[in-house]
Amino acid sequence: MLSNMRPVDEREFSHVLADATARQTPLELTGAASKRSIGRPIQTAATISTMSLRGITLYEPSEMVMSARAGTRLSQVEDDLAARGQMLAFEPLELGPLIGGEAGQATIAAVFATNMSGSRRIRVGAARDHLLGLRGVNGRGEIFKSGGRVMKNVTGYDLCRGLSGSWGTLAVMSEVTFKVQPVPEDTGTLILIGLPDEIAVEVLCGAMGTPFEVSGAVHLQPALVARLWHDGLRQQAQAVTALRLENFAKSVAYRKTKLKAHLKAYGEIHELDRENSLDFWGELRQLSVLQGSSAQLWRISTSPGVGPKVVAAITAYMECRAFYDWSGGLVWAEVLPTTDAGAADIRRVIATHGGHATLIRAAPEVRAAVEVFQPLEAGLERISRKIKAAFDPAGILNPGRMYPNF
Amino acid sequence: MPMVALPKPDRAIVSRREAIVEDLRRLVDGPAVIGDEDGRRTYETDALTAYRQLPLAVVLPSSTEEVARVLRYCHQNGVKVVARGAGTSLSGGALPAEDAIVIGISRMTRILDIDYMNRVARVQVGITNIGISEAVKEREFFYAPDPSSQLACTLGGNIAMNSGGAHCLKYGVTTNNVLGVRMVLMDGEVVDIGGAHLDQPGYDLLGLVVGSEGQLGIVTEATVRILRAAEGARPMLLGFDSSEAAGQCVSAIIGAGIVPVAIEFMDRPAVHVCEAFAKAGYPLEVEALLIVEVEGSNEEIVDLLNVITQLAKPFNPKEVRISQSAEQSAAIWKGRKAAFGAIGRISDYYCMDGVIPLAKLGDVLVAISHICDKHGLKVANIFHAGDGNLHPLILYDANNAAQAERAEQAGHEILELCVASGGCLTGEHGVGIEKRDLMRVQFTQADLMQQMRIKTVFDPKWLLNPAKVFPLDGREAAQEVA
Repeated sequence: MLSNMRPVDEREFSHVLADATARQTPLELTGAASKRSIGRPIQTAATISTMSLRGITLYEPSEMVMSARAGTRLSQVEDDLAARGQMLAFEPLELGPLIGGEAGQATIAAVFATNMSGSRRIRVGAARDHLLGLRGVNGRGEIFKSGGRVMKNVTGYDLCRGLSGSWGTLAVMSEVTFKVQPVPEDTGTLILIGLPDEIAVEVLCGAMGTPFEVSGAVHLQPALVARLWHDGLRQQAQAVTALRLENFAKSVAYRKTKLKAHLKAYGEIHELDRENSLDFWGELRQLSVLQGSSAQLWRISTSPGVGPKVVAAITAYMECRAFYDWSGGLVWAEVLPTTDAGAADIRRVIATHGGHATLIRAAPEVRAAVEVFQPLEAGLERISRKIKAAFDPAGILNPGRMYPNF
Repeated sequence: MPMVALPKPDRAIVSRREAIVEDLRRLVDGPAVIGDEDGRRTYETDALTAYRQLPLAVVLPSSTEEVARVLRYCHQNGVKVVARGAGTSLSGGALPAEDAIVIGISRMTRILDIDYMNRVARVQVGITNIGISEAVKEREFFYAPDPSSQLACTLGGNIAMNSGGAHCLKYGVTTNNVLGVRMVLMDGEVVDIGGAHLDQPGYDLLGLVVGSEGQLGIVTEATVRILRAAEGARPMLLGFDSSEAAGQCVSAIIGAGIVPVAIEFMDRPAVHVCEAFAKAGYPLEVEALLIVEVEGSNEEIVDLLNVITQLAKPFNPKEVRISQSAEQSAAIWKGRKAAFGAIGRISDYYCMDGVIPLAKLGDVLVAISHICDKHGLKVANIFHAGDGNLHPLILYDANNAAQAERAEQAGHEILELCVASGGCLTGEHGVGIEKRDLMRVQFTQADLMQQMRIKTVFDPKWLLNPAKVFPLDGREAAQEVA
């Protein structure tokens, strides 16, 4: 049996996928498989991985663009960028450690295939906003491309965004081209201690409405502060609300002063210097406060001002610990294990307040029993099912990973 | 004589025109249907005026429900539909067809909600681009994408074309600034995609809809991000002896970790025409002029512009001038934003919209100059240098048919050059009718098939904005999947 395939180029992928379509044989498509336990568990006769498609194929720092083959490690991409003072501005999340794996394993294509962006997303856009072009192979085995290597491109339909966040269910991305940005010269963080969620989100939203280009706006409930790696903040033992400023050093200094004046009504404001800021935002990027726990974990996307209401409503049903990112619009909610991970109650809350919820961490039997991704409205479900068929008519790529029926 | 062929109209539909107009009048408020020839004539073209087609009828609905009723009727009766914003498309995106009705969104201009806490606005998409920024100006917010036609163009048109603008280097284009849409599918079903949150569940359908040139559905409402404006902004002028030096200077600025809010390039002919029009104080003795704008507090701006001045030194700028007042800044931008109009005062022109990697700028400009020389035409170049989006303006006499044809030919050669240089056919104007037959220069049949299958998912009968985007041959196979 073909159990574990690693095609070495697009043509091999093309042959394998065309053959699988002809035989109607489902395949589990992965990169490094570091996020394999996210999504609905799937059972296929074989797995197929992009890990043998390696290497950075283009890097033009002065044009802020890089291309890499799908299986190139994110860590290699980031090392090469750092050597030229650049970065992936959307701060791709490191989900590996959250689900029991190691950090730094993810592949670059999976970053876009899962569209998991970190705290800076609120200022600069998500992974999907940075994807400029891709090459890929669809379920029929046809090799296709979309977009390109230039910053602006409206030639034809935007399949790059169409494939972002599709979790390998539509096509194999074989090579991705993406926008990169300079690393800011300086970073500083303002911290408020002990704010209730509702007030904290008011602070975050207020700061986002200033001209000072806040590039991170988070709030941690006390139970999660207790798990921070940063000693000084952990020892506060109270809720932590943090705002990040990044720019040239003089600008960071100036903007910190202005922002502090803007926030003075909310209490004493502490500062983290550059080193401490890099540590703090670095640990948030791998969701440090949610690691090492077997609690079930939800990712909830909603309107920022609604975030605390969603958490309060969930807390009425079950014990819940929350980390608010994106100024309150992204809630990581940890709940005590139950057989349905609280899905029915959480989705009822979402239906009232708007947004959507994804179950990120739970045992396989739980993920098999509940809708891991937010169930879609009937019209959107019908379109999504047809989109799947437009790329993968035989349904061979990660069938059931996102939705039970396709 | 236009070079792009338009398909023969469906005579059966055209012959039923009067009955169709009567039916439409029963579906929407009567005066919202334009059936007379003079009225229809107003809609026969857009900003690509070389192409003209009288539509079957024009409908100006005032609600999503009316759009849905009209689309359901057209779907049932096999009538094609062209959606139209303000008709400012430079690629013929809103060009009607004789067997198609036009649905104009000009009556759907309401702002439905402004939410400063969450930094979003929900609007009907007939609102002008500038109209959104005007509505949130009192709180010093703005809507970021700023196409040159922003006084006239609608958000609906911007969504169809994924429009950009001079300031998208920092703030992104339409697809990066729209969070949700309400869209009517061709069969009349209304769907909400995305919302007021920063990402959407499931597949990124919003990403597919934005930039689909009105071929997947008709968007009637949208939720867009609004951003707080910077404390201030100021441009500077940098003049160079050659376009290579200007291009290298742009690379040096970006390489130093500075991403200005805009970097605009004009070549000598463009500078002269714009200066004559706007009296902006542009230096006339340079081959290439950069307008570099930065944002921040007064002190931050001064610091940044000083750093840029130092970075420019190795490229021997002939002129370095920092704007000294709000009036000077306004004049500098007036010249640039009026460039198309200013050139239009001296000649008819054909505006191209290719994109190239910045490093190729010098070579590409030389080659463009050769192409236009060969065809006996003059050209002025305007370039969003930060993101590689090049607008050669080919000057010609529209009353001279042979010259017009040569201009179109030269334009096609320039776009082929852009693709061969590692770029693309269009950065912000869209494919429309204009570049439809050039799509195979950039894409293989497999690339196009994958896009066309998406079209079939949303519009199985291919009734929306027909004859655009995809070459007319080779469409059938993609229509079989549904």
